[in-house]
Amino acid sequence: MSDYRNVIEVACPGAVIDEFEGPGDELTIEIHRDHIRAVCRFLKSEPGAFRQLSDVTCVDYLEGNGNGDRFRLAYQLFSMETGDRLRLRVWADAEHPEVDSVTSVWATANWHEREVYDMFGVRFAGHPDLSRILMPFDWEGHPLRRDYPLGGENVKFSDAV
Amino acid sequence: MSTDQADVFALEAREALEAARREGRELAETERVVAMVEARTPQEALARTRAHEANANSAAPGSREPMMINLGPQHPSTHGVLRLVTELDGEVVRDIHPVIGYLHTGIEKQCENKTFWQAITLVTRMDYLSPFFNIHAYTQSVEKLLDLEVPTRAQWLRVMISELNRITSHLVWLGTSGLELGAITVFFYAYRERDRALDLFEMISGERMNNRYFQVGGCADDMPPGFEKLLRQFVSEMPSRIDEYEGMLSANPIWLERTRGVGILPADQLIDLGITGPALRAAGVDLDLRKARPYSGYEHFDFTVPVGTNGDAYDRYLIRLREMRESVRIIEQCLDGMPEGPHIADDRKVVLPPRSELATSMEALIHHFKLVTEGFQVPEGEAYSAVECPRGELGCYVVADGGPKPVRVHMRDPSFVNLQALRPMAKNAYLADLIAMIGSMDNVMGGVDR
Amino acid sequence: MALIPPPGSPVERAPRTDASIDRDLRDLVETAEEEAFVQRLLTTTVDRALSWARSSSIWPATFGLACCAIEMMHTATPRYDIARFGAEVFRASPRQADLLIVSGRVSQKMAPVLRRIYDQMMEPKWVISMGACASSGGVFNNYAIVQGVDKIVPVDVYVPGCPPRPESLIEGILILQRLIGANGMPSSFDLMHEQGLAVPEDAARIASERRAWAAAR
Repeated sequence: MSDYRNVIEVACPGAVIDEFEGPGDELTIEIHRDHIRAVCRFLKSEPGAFRQLSDVTCVDYLEGNGNGDRFRLAYQLFSMETGDRLRLRVWADAEHPEVDSVTSVWATANWHEREVYDMFGVRFAGHPDLSRILMPFDWEGHPLRRDYPLGGENVKFSDAV
Repeated sequence: MSTDQADVFALEAREALEAARREGRELAETERVVAMVEARTPQEALARTRAHEANANSAAPGSREPMMINLGPQHPSTHGVLRLVTELDGEVVRDIHPVIGYLHTGIEKQCENKTFWQAITLVTRMDYLSPFFNIHAYTQSVEKLLDLEVPTRAQWLRVMISELNRITSHLVWLGTSGLELGAITVFFYAYRERDRALDLFEMISGERMNNRYFQVGGCADDMPPGFEKLLRQFVSEMPSRIDEYEGMLSANPIWLERTRGVGILPADQLIDLGITGPALRAAGVDLDLRKARPYSGYEHFDFTVPVGTNGDAYDRYLIRLREMRESVRIIEQCLDGMPEGPHIADDRKVVLPPRSELATSMEALIHHFKLVTEGFQVPEGEAYSAVECPRGELGCYVVADGGPKPVRVHMRDPSFVNLQALRPMAKNAYLADLIAMIGSMDNVMGGVDR
Repeated sequence: MALIPPPGSPVERAPRTDASIDRDLRDLVETAEEEAFVQRLLTTTVDRALSWARSSSIWPATFGLACCAIEMMHTATPRYDIARFGAEVFRASPRQADLLIVSGRVSQKMAPVLRRIYDQMMEPKWVISMGACASSGGVFNNYAIVQGVDKIVPVDVYVPGCPPRPESLIEGILILQRLIGANGMPSSFDLMHEQGLAVPEDAARIASERRAWAAAR
């Protein structure tokens, strides 16, 4: 499975930062954010490769990863021929999080990236329609960030109710 | 009309304009469309309609400016709170712009405040027609992170209940799709069966819907006495019921007219759009996670995956009916070959001890206490695990950091992704066909908006 | 189990003024008090006949939002069948409906839509808040869900459950029928008009409150 790392490094030099083995047979490859679109395009075009993008999502690490990055994006790729899964990891900046959109590679990334934008505030360069998708259009703030409060009502239960 | 009353008119249009103004940017495409379709006042709406009427008589079809009209979010045929801003040229749909988010519940954020166990009750309410699949994907991810093995009996119980859930989900799809296209009788027939299946769910999990039965490590309870007999009765009668539905619809000329040739997209485009499930299989692509990446013991069962040829709504209908039949077969195999053993893993750090032990063992009591109050710790890591939901690939991405609460729970919901196919499908189709397409895609807005 | 809003409840709701409206009307059944109450408000036989007619054919509007909508569909199906209680058809257009069964969680984005549908209904109209999410926000006490639709529309009957069984919803409808006319009771809406509370104008206030709430986030 670590073939993927070597193969990507050959095709897109300088793209791969690291690789992590996860539980089960999961493999995560960390990609530099400038190269994400090229790597995705490469991974999709190879024979027996990742024709389906299952998911694009994000995790907010408030304390950052040490390089000034805060948002950790995960791209779940799925290969239909081999049944393999691969996860690509990209870090986005804390101040102005922006990553290249992979909508030109897989059309399905459109709404996934809109959701990440809506929930986390990560912008995607080259996205055809980057607007809020789950929250009202004029909502302020990005709800899934760790410093955004959960909200709701302070419920006090009394004997009378 | 006072300006105050104008507040509820064109609310979303004004929200979009306000957001763009505040952030100093142009309107994105969806915002622009919403701003265009909402009239500020009833007088404006009337003026627009009059302009269209005048234009309609003079211009040739195809060259007219399309009329923008809203479908939903409150609509009998959109399967929930889906809003489609439709550009209509007469009866032909030129383009649609789905606007979603009307059922956004903040489940993913709320899961971060709950322990891994408590999150199950939230996760089950996402795609409310397939609660067990939600839990299955989530618990599989957590079990991956914990490196916890699920005993065989629990796996088979999960398969059995999941397949029963597949049947109930397809019954809702059948009933509501039929209802939308005018086949009202199917609705009553399908829900008659569904009520019996919900009785079975109630027996085994305590609830008809939004059940919490799968647990991290297996299933919360074993089958209660009398359950097997009732389930056997149900599955023995189910094939003849499915014959009834087929008898009503499959050769029905109206049904054929409404669904044949409707909603066809090339298989490559469907794969690119991330479509999975019956919608993809109808186009001839044989992708079913139960066969491609077997989980929870599916490799031991003998069943076929129906695959279509044309990729139209009729093929999707046939595939779902056949899937119901295959699910019946799988349930029968589960009942016949159910292995003996525990219904849940016995790792006491994760799984509650049996209640009988609480009276005698101090250690059991302490485990119980810690598990219920604090929850179990999950080692640091991330896991993505997918199951084959009645709508497609339902995946759950869980990130843990060693504490009792997840850092992130994200559901990759098939309805969310499948809905993206609606736009290319609907281009240059009739409005009536758009309704048939929405029905055939079988989207559940709870999963779309989460 | 269905509930009429309990008297003196500290829970915040869309305003109703008269405390006598909020009494537990089940306690008044078959008492002299009930007779006096009815005498005060509905005096003619025609009024009673109208109330009986209204109660016996309440047509719900399709306002199914989430899981409760599926149980609402189940009440319309052969086993539970609300058609035998008069709710024969679910009308898609709010203009043709009497009853708004808010079934499911109401998100922030959906709230103005709910109010608009409610405003579009013709009087007399009633609202059943079905399920825990509609009654109080349910399991979802967070930024996205309105904590009880009674902040948006005046509710007549609350049906708790997650989701409530079809039998619970039917009980809610039966209680509503008694509220409406089976005993000659006027609707809460009639009473609000009597008190001088004009509800459609509240729509603007509620929308601006919602914006202010969102802005304060």
